[in-house]
Amino acid sequence: MHIGKPPDIPSSEITPQSAYRQFMNRRRFLRNALATGAVALAADRVAQVIEPGRVALAGTKLQTVYSPLTTTGEQLTSYEDITHYNNFYEFGVEKDDPAKNAGALPTRPWTVKVEGKVAKPLAFSIDDLLKLRPLEDRVYRMRCVEAWSMVIPWVGYSFSELVKQCNPLPSAKYVQFLSYYDRHVEKWSDESTIYWPYSEGLRMDEAMNPLTLLTFGLYGETLPNQDGAPVRIVVPWKYGFKSAKSIVTIRFVEKQPPTTWNDMAPNEYGFYSNVNPNVDHPRWSQKRERRVGLPFYEQWRATLMFNGYGDQVASMYQGMNLHRYY
Amino acid sequence: MKHSHLIALKTAAWIACLYPFAYLVWGAFTNHLGIDQTATIAFTTGLATLRLLLITLAISPLRRLSPRLAWLIQFRRLFGLFAFFYGTLHLLTYVGLYANFDVHGMIVDIEKRRFITMGMAAWLLMVPLAATSTSWSIRKLGGRNWNRLHMLIYAAAVCGMIHYWWQVKTGVLTPLHMTIVLAALLLARPVMAWLKRRKERTVA
Repeated sequence: MHIGKPPDIPSSEITPQSAYRQFMNRRRFLRNALATGAVALAADRVAQVIEPGRVALAGTKLQTVYSPLTTTGEQLTSYEDITHYNNFYEFGVEKDDPAKNAGALPTRPWTVKVEGKVAKPLAFSIDDLLKLRPLEDRVYRMRCVEAWSMVIPWVGYSFSELVKQCNPLPSAKYVQFLSYYDRHVEKWSDESTIYWPYSEGLRMDEAMNPLTLLTFGLYGETLPNQDGAPVRIVVPWKYGFKSAKSIVTIRFVEKQPPTTWNDMAPNEYGFYSNVNPNVDHPRWSQKRERRVGLPFYEQWRATLMFNGYGDQVASMYQGMNLHRYY
Repeated sequence: MKHSHLIALKTAAWIACLYPFAYLVWGAFTNHLGIDQTATIAFTTGLATLRLLLITLAISPLRRLSPRLAWLIQFRRLFGLFAFFYGTLHLLTYVGLYANFDVHGMIVDIEKRRFITMGMAAWLLMVPLAATSTSWSIRKLGGRNWNRLHMLIYAAAVCGMIHYWWQVKTGVLTPLHMTIVLAALLLARPVMAWLKRRKERTVA
């Protein structure tokens, strides 16, 4: 935990690592930046004229505010690495597939349905959701079950803020998230034998934890498609696959909902899947992790219980046998 | 085949076999090993091992297709030894990076994690093959024994392929293409034997 006054810097003002690497060659960097900016502006104009309703919002700047829940003291993973090393199996099973293929995802217009145990079913357009609460900069560690990790400056607000608008019934004990699925769009989804759409879920108290982030952007801009545009969930103390991407349905349910990887291999991926260095994955140890974007001899570090967020979340699992409920 | 052609082909084979290694060394020095460098090293060496095992296994059936392909046999040892070379690099990646030289951790891994057990078995099966790869060993063992010993390559390749399947996530089909090739190469053996027997019978 950071002690003392946290820095009042929105992530949009933090120099991305890739830019920092180029700092030595400032002239080239400036020239590139100017050129990129000019091209981007021009492209944006053209797109507005051609197809005004569908201007892709990926890469659009978001107005953000500081959040005390942001993680400090970590070096951010570069934008390039966050957007080119993805598990998004609807767009292919290799890490670089989603960056190549996710452009096919139609992120506008986008509606998120809220259904199940709620006073009345609702539907939110992506613009409704973006305007619901001020967007916060939240740097979180992201620990994949495959033992690699990143540090990502997300943009969003606590999922609990949306839940408050939905009036779930007292019988709602879990929340299920369903991702977008259209096999004509996601032509790569048959590279695996997964049963689509991707489904994930949280217990109600986990969903209401302020760390659980309804996420719209990263690095101060709207999410690129491969990172789960236009809206996803981020649960930083759980393995990455718990954080469902490109959400179209939020369902409040009474019983623990079926979740994709748990269905595929229940001995390997538990429903809870809290980051836990003491419970090994059957095929590898979870004691250490590789921070991506670093040279191989500097990559490895110890994995932290609850991914380092124990102060905020451990109390939810008091008395629970985490070896059994992994 | 002319001697000069053979030299040229051997040089080409060496370059092709060394390419993944050169790529890794170059990448390590220039920081171009991709986003997750450890994973790149593990995947590149593992894939090279399996591919070279398949190429090694392809030599015998291919050269039986025509007497004019008999020269292929002169490449088998080269590919086989390179398979062992990459297998060893792959093992060292595990020992040095994944297991961090923690001997106790490795023993637990090998005991507990079947995909590591299987990978270890594949490597161990290649050791006697590499050790007896010299012409001296063939003479010493006698052709028949040597051939029998080197049938271990079938077991090594099968273990290596199972290791690959057990490493990927359930439901991921990436190893499928290679598995089909391996199955075809293994099936080619009894088929070749059968064809040979039939031919002998017709001659007699």
